[in-house]
Amino acid sequence: MKHSIATIICCLLMSNTVLADSVEMADLMRSNGKIYVVVAVIAIIFIGLMAYLYRIDQRVKKLEK
Amino acid sequence: MQLKWWKIIGIILVLYSIIAGLLMPVPKLNILNETIRNLYFHVTMWFSMIVLMFSSMKQSLQFLNGFDKIHDLKAETYASTGIFMGLLGLTTGMIWAQYTWGTFWVNDPKLNGTAVTLLIYLAYFILRNSIENEDSKARVSAIYNIIAFVMMIVFIGVLPRMTDSLHPGNGGNPAFGNYDLDSNMRVVFYPAVIGWILIGSWIAQLRFRIKLLENKKENI
Repeated sequence: MKHSIATIICCLLMSNTVLADSVEMADLMRSNGKIYVVVAVIAIIFIGLMAYLYRIDQRVKKLEK
Repeated sequence: MQLKWWKIIGIILVLYSIIAGLLMPVPKLNILNETIRNLYFHVTMWFSMIVLMFSSMKQSLQFLNGFDKIHDLKAETYASTGIFMGLLGLTTGMIWAQYTWGTFWVNDPKLNGTAVTLLIYLAYFILRNSIENEDSKARVSAIYNIIAFVMMIVFIGVLPRMTDSLHPGNGGNPAFGNYDLDSNMRVVFYPAVIGWILIGSWIAQLRFRIKLLENKKENI
């Protein structure tokens, strides 16, 4: 009895890992490093927007004086 | 750097969430695949909106307690930034829905609730602009704003939880619980939420300051 339960648990665990492996993820993009290009582009756009927001902040501060 | 510390923290946290959000490992789930990373960007919009709407309501309450016009102005700008965040959340959600649920709009209580919420807040601005008298405009819209916040909580926080919904955490639909279990995602998600709340507040504060300058100019 104990044995069969252990086997079932083992089977469940294994089927879980098999399932997880079959899920399609963008692994190629990660392995050849192209994901960094995407990250760099988004990060630069975000930094640019924040710099713009900072400029507006400074200008408003100037006007408030 | 003459920037307030919380603004810098907001920038750093969101920047971190962009970099880590795209690079950190995520749970491999069917259908969702890599789109699970949208959690860091789409859901944070809603958190930002809810916080902005809450501060807007708080300002309305403060206005009613003393009738200081500054609070009315703050309530208005916070609500408008909140709507902006809500629209961003809605459009990003629609794109995500197209890839995971098959259509841009599904008859999901949360989606419809959000649409109603945005309409309620748009009505707040229509109400503001339709009253000529400055004093009654501020008073009526402050009261409406408080009702609008309560309605928002009902429509996006309560009603979707009472019926079946495709959204995680609603109607016995798991998933958000599943993400929560994943500590890798939690490490990115919570800073992203705080970061976007701070940036949303920054934009709202800027709008308020510009509005205040405009008002001063008109009075001279």
